[in-house]
Amino acid sequence: MNEAAVSLGSDAAKLIEKAKKQRRTKNLIKGLLFLLPSLVFFSIFLFYPMIRTVYLSFFLTNASGAPTVFVGLDNFAQIFSSPLFLKSLKTTFLFVLYTVPGTIVISLFLAVIANEKLRGIGMFRTIFSSTMGISVAAASVFWMFLFHPTMGWLNQFLSIFGVEAIGWLTDPKWALLSVSISTIWMNIGFTFLILLGGLQSIDSYLYESADIDGAGYFYKLRRITIPMLSPTLFFVVTVTLINAFQTFGQVDMLTRGGPQNETSVIVYSIYRDAFVNYQYGTASAQAVILFVIILGLTLLQFKLGERKVHYQ
Amino acid sequence: MSYIELSNVSKSYDKQRSVLNGIDVSIEKGEFFVLVGPSGSGKSTLLRLIAGLEEITGGELHMNGKVINHLPPKDRHLSMVFQNYALYPHLTVEQNILFGLNAKKVDKKEQKQRLHKTAEMMGLTELLKRKPRQLSGGQRQRVALARSVVSEAPLCLMDEPLSNLDAKLRAHMRMEIRQLQKKLGLTMVYVTHDQVEAMTMGDRIMVLNDGKVQQVGKPIELYNKPANLFVASFIGSPKMNMGRAVIKGQQLVIEESLFIPVKAADVIDIPKNKRLIAGIRAEHLFKGTSEEKTHVLDVINVEQLGNETMVTFEVGGEFWTAKWLGQQIVHTGDRVPVQLSVEHMSFFDADTGKLIKAASSLKQKEGVAI
Ligand SMILES: Nc1ncnc2c1ncn2[C@@H]1O[C@H](COP(=O)(O)OP(=O)(O)OP(=O)(O)O)[C@@H](O)[C@H]1O
Ligand SMILES: [Mg+2]
Repeated sequence: MNEAAVSLGSDAAKLIEKAKKQRRTKNLIKGLLFLLPSLVFFSIFLFYPMIRTVYLSFFLTNASGAPTVFVGLDNFAQIFSSPLFLKSLKTTFLFVLYTVPGTIVISLFLAVIANEKLRGIGMFRTIFSSTMGISVAAASVFWMFLFHPTMGWLNQFLSIFGVEAIGWLTDPKWALLSVSISTIWMNIGFTFLILLGGLQSIDSYLYESADIDGAGYFYKLRRITIPMLSPTLFFVVTVTLINAFQTFGQVDMLTRGGPQNETSVIVYSIYRDAFVNYQYGTASAQAVILFVIILGLTLLQFKLGERKVHYQ
Repeated sequence: MSYIELSNVSKSYDKQRSVLNGIDVSIEKGEFFVLVGPSGSGKSTLLRLIAGLEEITGGELHMNGKVINHLPPKDRHLSMVFQNYALYPHLTVEQNILFGLNAKKVDKKEQKQRLHKTAEMMGLTELLKRKPRQLSGGQRQRVALARSVVSEAPLCLMDEPLSNLDAKLRAHMRMEIRQLQKKLGLTMVYVTHDQVEAMTMGDRIMVLNDGKVQQVGKPIELYNKPANLFVASFIGSPKMNMGRAVIKGQQLVIEESLFIPVKAADVIDIPKNKRLIAGIRAEHLFKGTSEEKTHVLDVINVEQLGNETMVTFEVGGEFWTAKWLGQQIVHTGDRVPVQLSVEHMSFFDADTGKLIKAASSLKQKEGVAI
């Protein structure tokens, strides 16, 4: 009788095992079906170009971009010995350094003040987030006018105080800074909106409890707002950082990489190599390097961020 | 002079509809004062007014004889336990408890002392390094309590702090809070919508409905002499049995189906031919025998609770519940003899809902007990 029970048990176990397997297969197929559309689109517009870029970076190409001679790592060796590329690398890092902290700090400040419950605050929220709806091209034209050496408002404003006119976009000392300022302005809308959303999702009970405990404004900011906002901040920093590395539009519109290549960030350099000089091989090599840099930084950020960020 | 006094306090959020209306009450030092009322009656609002989290739109709030309408929360020397605990999710239990002391820049050594004393009292010593999300509901509750205790504020406000706990833990925490309040000599304003909690914990209870004070008094007072129909039906479980009544000659007629003979002396202070509501507590609807009975009623539901039996009868259009000790053998559909007498009945004005006459038997009984 005991044996019968055992054999029955193993039979049942087998049956259950089989059913489980069937369900797993079914789930896998279902999951794949759901993923299919995005997989198709990603393959066409993302994975294929990425692989193609890596492939091209090992070749010399003709003017139409078809690979001709396999050169191994020569393209990489060449760009790393090119002062222009090294300079664009440095410019990119400087640009990131100027824009990312600036964007975050200013947006955070605006979000914190726009989060107060005051009359007419909705208008300010709209104004602060409005740059999100402005295209890079339109914003660039707007800033071009502001930066204009003689007619621009900035210089006119400075002249009131007797300050000499500044060649915002033409002076090598100022050009990168000017582009950075306009970039910060363009980024603020999006960053502000995300941060404001993050602030509003913080439970008001926490502040009330702190009020009763007698906490001051900055104590609350430091001990409640910033820690509770950390996931949002983390997201915003990641996105802004990646965006900064990929900046192209405003550089192309405002300075075309000049003066003296001072504003030639890496994406602009890629664009010039590929579509002006028809050097698809070295352009691809630069793109691969940019990809590696962004990937590396993002991974690093996740590694560091994990410890600091508080998720609900 | 009382510790806290509200005189004619009112509050409206939108300047049209008031949430609180002409609240007049005073709370003594060291008192356990319970605020009770149905959902939306304005209990939390009143607590937040006392805490200074909402602005008072009318009337005055006094503390120690001084008007404090304008004072920010931190200058009112109180602590509060929020309905949802309001623990800081990103801080550990220890940091949560010390948050207020840190903000007030209390000396580090004293912080440590107070922390350990409080943690021990609340049984949190093992949990100090945990985050709130790693705690159970009851443990979170205790952290919230610890946070208010550690501040050593003389006034403590609690907003339905036990609403999320299971019955057993709730009973335990009730006792713990009550003991703590006695031990520390705190003045407590305690909000609940649970009338059992109100009865068992409060020195005094204030019943609130629709933003108006219904009655303030000792738990037993509210139970025996409810000021109006609302209090009568809100305090006590099961609720007081009620029915439309009128006195016709030598008879009290309830729901046009129950006739109870009355002596003139019993109803001397009740106006004749006036529409009344008669109420009787479940424990006063005594079980009868075939010899000793005043009425026979139809049973429509029976609940066996083990130590007592709840029997629901149909009286006219109303359902009346009787609470009988022990396990009674009664079945749905039976006709059961009961004993009803006027001396256990309270009478209310059917139009205004105000109490006309409380049950007279209670007074006699109280006298006997003493
Ligand atoms: N911020 C607010 N704005 C407008 N109306 C409010 C606000 N807060 C509360 N009210 C209204 O005030 C009334 C009383 O609310 P309150 O929170 O004091 O009720 P409560 O007695 O605590 O109820 P509960 O037992 O459900 O917690 C409700 O009708 C509610 O809709
Ligand atoms: Mg409430």
